[in-house]
Amino acid sequence: MSMDWRPSADIETLRERARLIGEVRAFFAERGVMEVETPVLGRAGSTDVHLASLHCTATTPAGRQPLWLQTSPEFHMKRLLAAGSGPIFQLARSFRDGEVGSRHNLEFTMLEWYRPGLDLDGLMAETEALIRRLLPSDPGALRRHRYRELFREDLDLDPFHEPLEALRRLATERGGLDMAEACRDDCLDLLMSLVIEPRLGRDGLDVVLDYPASQAALARRHRDPEDGEWVASRFEVYVNGLELANGYDELTDAEEQGTRFAEDNAARRAAGLPEVDVDRHLLAALEAGMPEASGVALGLDRLIQLALGKASVAEVMAFATPRA
Amino acid sequence: MPGATEYGITLMANYSTNEFKGGLKVMLDGDPCAILENDYVKPGKGQAFNRVKLRNLMTGRVWERTFKSGESLEAADVLELDMEYLYTDGEMWYFMLSDGSFEQYPVERKALGETEKWLKEQVVYTVTLWNDNVINVTPPNFLDLEVVQTDPGLKGDTAQGGSKPATLSSGAVARVPLFINEGEVLKIDTRTGEYVGRA
Repeated sequence: MSMDWRPSADIETLRERARLIGEVRAFFAERGVMEVETPVLGRAGSTDVHLASLHCTATTPAGRQPLWLQTSPEFHMKRLLAAGSGPIFQLARSFRDGEVGSRHNLEFTMLEWYRPGLDLDGLMAETEALIRRLLPSDPGALRRHRYRELFREDLDLDPFHEPLEALRRLATERGGLDMAEACRDDCLDLLMSLVIEPRLGRDGLDVVLDYPASQAALARRHRDPEDGEWVASRFEVYVNGLELANGYDELTDAEEQGTRFAEDNAARRAAGLPEVDVDRHLLAALEAGMPEASGVALGLDRLIQLALGKASVAEVMAFATPRA
Repeated sequence: MPGATEYGITLMANYSTNEFKGGLKVMLDGDPCAILENDYVKPGKGQAFNRVKLRNLMTGRVWERTFKSGESLEAADVLELDMEYLYTDGEMWYFMLSDGSFEQYPVERKALGETEKWLKEQVVYTVTLWNDNVINVTPPNFLDLEVVQTDPGLKGDTAQGGSKPATLSSGAVARVPLFINEGEVLKIDTRTGEYVGRA
């Protein structure tokens, strides 16, 4: 049997990909956002319980030390913001262990950008403008949905107050797997993935807002002005059932950031997962002072997949993981 | 490798969701299943899941299941072997390993399923064994079979459309062109039951 040495994308697709990446660079150049490059290998990794980092051992001036392949360029870019970079963007090769599928690849290109002084609404509008610029046809109007409303509409339940037992029962029934011991967020994630997500982004750009505070990751939290509920200050953009971008009103408080790192590692221990070295450089940078900023991470391969009408991210990558 | 035996104990391997790929045989709800498709789904920032399509090898049904990423299933001790069909005594159907060992396996009607109408002596079938019992028999994609009953052929009609039913020597009924006569040997696609041509 001959080795399948050919690329997973055809050459014409790669030509289109190069053109679209040129458009991205032009978009940010017009807006005075500086392109930066930050390390793929870092002394610290993401503590996020749901991200598995890859690491390697390298010989450095400090001796043999473990280095983490970055799951996103977030920490390094925030240190640039704290150092006074102003608005920045990056086409960052990012790595997430185990993530391979029609919408995922072990290594992928994250388009991430930060806007000091811009609020979440302003960043959402800019994200929308970029998506419209890259898609060949009008994806339709932008619609804003609150996380809570989506669950009310599709599942007739309140994600913040539904009793855990009822959530577990529903997740078990809809997913066809045992969720009897699952935590609240895992149940909500399952229902989001299986029931709500598939219908998002049909005939329009759907933006989901006001996630539960427990799903804030590195975004700030605020009280919902309408119902007083604590929610995460972040948004996600969906097109054609595909999650494209994740935007945050960035956490800038060093102490709060330190607490979240510690909480993540505690959750890792509880789940029997290895702990991840906390990024002390980031904590020091936040202490020195990072400007108020919003930031967004967009899966560039997915956006290119949509723009070119392909069925999987592998079809827009020169060599997807199975052929790498 | 599933089924490695050590000290008389069978040690079964486990496969985690990220090892799932088409063709892998695993146990689910007590039945051996073959994985057809596996996709990874993950909401923006949360728990990842795998949506998996499996064929239940006992019933042939396709199941769609969701697993938490990283969960694992026990490997199923499933073997697919080439066997020649020998004969039936009306209760059991007998197949013989075609590796020269002459080892025979009796097969029940339930395991034979649809393949009962595609049996022909001396033809080699793919026989699926689970824990050494036959659970499925798959015929070759194409079989040469004789027409035992059909309406008389129409002279000269060799190109035009139109078809008629014909009963084949194995018991299957296929749609064949109007010009086919009894006694002719035809090549039939067993997956669709369609006529391919004269053998």
